[in-house]
Amino acid sequence: MKFSGKVWRYGDNVDTDVIIPARYLNTADMRELAVHAMEDIDPTFAGNVRQGDIIVAGKNFGCGSSREHAPGALKAAGIVCVVAESFARIFYRNAINIGLPLIELGEGDINIKAGDTLAVDLDAGTLENVSTGETFAVPPLPGFIQEIARSGGLVNYTRQLLAAKGGNHE
Amino acid sequence: MARPMTMTEKIFAAHAGLSEVVPGQLIKAKLDVVLGNDITAPPAIKEFEQMSDTVFDKDKIVLVPDHFTPNKDIKSAEMAKTVREFARRHNITHYFEVGRMGIEHVLLPEQGLVAPGEVIIGADSHTCTYGALGAFATGVGSTDMAAAMATGETWFKVPASIKVELTGRLSKWVSGKDVILKLIGMIGVDGARYQSLEFTGEGVASLSMTDRLTIANMAIEAGAKNGIFPVDDITKQYLARRVKKPYTPVAADTDAEYVRTVTINLDELTPVVALPHLPENVRPVSDIQPTPIHQVVIGSCTNGRIEDLGQAAAILEGRQVHQDVRAIIIPGSQDVYLEAVKLGYVETFIKAGAVVSTPTCGPCLGGHMGILAKGERAVATTNRNFRGRMGHVDSEVYLASPAVAAASAVLGRIAGPEEVA
Repeated sequence: MKFSGKVWRYGDNVDTDVIIPARYLNTADMRELAVHAMEDIDPTFAGNVRQGDIIVAGKNFGCGSSREHAPGALKAAGIVCVVAESFARIFYRNAINIGLPLIELGEGDINIKAGDTLAVDLDAGTLENVSTGETFAVPPLPGFIQEIARSGGLVNYTRQLLAAKGGNHE
Repeated sequence: MARPMTMTEKIFAAHAGLSEVVPGQLIKAKLDVVLGNDITAPPAIKEFEQMSDTVFDKDKIVLVPDHFTPNKDIKSAEMAKTVREFARRHNITHYFEVGRMGIEHVLLPEQGLVAPGEVIIGADSHTCTYGALGAFATGVGSTDMAAAMATGETWFKVPASIKVELTGRLSKWVSGKDVILKLIGMIGVDGARYQSLEFTGEGVASLSMTDRLTIANMAIEAGAKNGIFPVDDITKQYLARRVKKPYTPVAADTDAEYVRTVTINLDELTPVVALPHLPENVRPVSDIQPTPIHQVVIGSCTNGRIEDLGQAAAILEGRQVHQDVRAIIIPGSQDVYLEAVKLGYVETFIKAGAVVSTPTCGPCLGGHMGILAKGERAVATTNRNFRGRMGHVDSEVYLASPAVAAASAVLGRIAGPEEVA
């Protein structure tokens, strides 16, 4: 999986309440939610984000609620990958399940700025900051998670699982 | 012989059909309870319908419309309707309609739906509350909930565990909320990320079930996958009147491995407050400069049980809520509400000038029933004080116990209970 995109840069502990505030959660339509993504920390985001853009943040990205609406709204807004020093675990799991790739770089200063262009090759395990020439190694996903990713998300993975068991929908 | 294991490791091994598990291992575990609410269940239902026609077990799925109910607008009414119709279609045993419901994490333990040794997932991050009963319980998203409703199992990475050693006993006006805020202040909002918090030590015996439920509830606020308490006489007493299904409690091996130990001496603990905008910004109430407030919220899945309301009532009895403060009190369930009526707490609250609401998550997540305007400041017994959590992005939430919140309501500024009572 390869992609490249422009960077939106944020700090530590970006929580699910700012990714998509609960006041908008009276709908589960991710395109409707995307209009409000990040607005409590960055009112410029929703109006300017483009399909293919990438978020880069500090540690504990996605802390807080279990709302899948958070990665869902980012994906619907056009974000194709989130790179962070570390992720909160429910956000990590939710993003995998809906097919939004995450890259966890480990804690330390990440020399990537807003507006930089990143080129990501998940199969080769590389992330290049095209704007600076700096490259980062991307650790491979563990077993089950690769299986889920290969299936195209948890819905497809579970359908295959149920079908293999003589499940009830195939 | 299996390796020595923590409580979480033992529960996972049993539910994965393995003799032992190790931290970092990926397992598939059978689920005893799958929970969803009116915000997270509708997308889960949509995804479920792409996978399956039948739920794995109609008795093991629990659906609680609590976030935007009684419905605050047409869109939330549509979401609640989706959940209601799904529950009817699949004959879900544990669907709780408005009038018979409660805030999910107050309701499930109270109704005996969660038991020691179980594996529970809920599409709500505060599902970790049930660790108070010696269960493994964790929050997940809607897609996980959907797959779990179809298959009755899910995958987990076995977490490493932090041992939280509690010594001493709590003093008057110090409660479970102060314990968990103190811990989050010590280790930070990502201090237990991807890990389990296992509470232990002689101090546990002095904690009521209410204290334990509050502590386990906020394990997620330290980034933890789950928080878990040993099953002791207090647990058994709590369960005796409630849980009717068979269950198997587990205990940690004495030589189980922990990544670190954090010790809290309950004797030394005083009432604390978490300042905006992170639950880790914890200070003793006595260190806080006079800070005027506009609203107090007492309730939520963290502190909406009868003992919590009792603490607030003890302070508000014969006193008045400050003229500049709106005090909002929300019993966590219909049973809690009824008990509060019987014990005279509701009369106390109303006479003090507070408003008492039917059970709802309402203001905790900035939903309804107490939204903050620009520049307003609240003291709340809820679990998060992120920016904009309770309303306007330029409002502030201070997290505290019911005793601190009630004292603050009376004095119109952040205050400790000993200043009033």
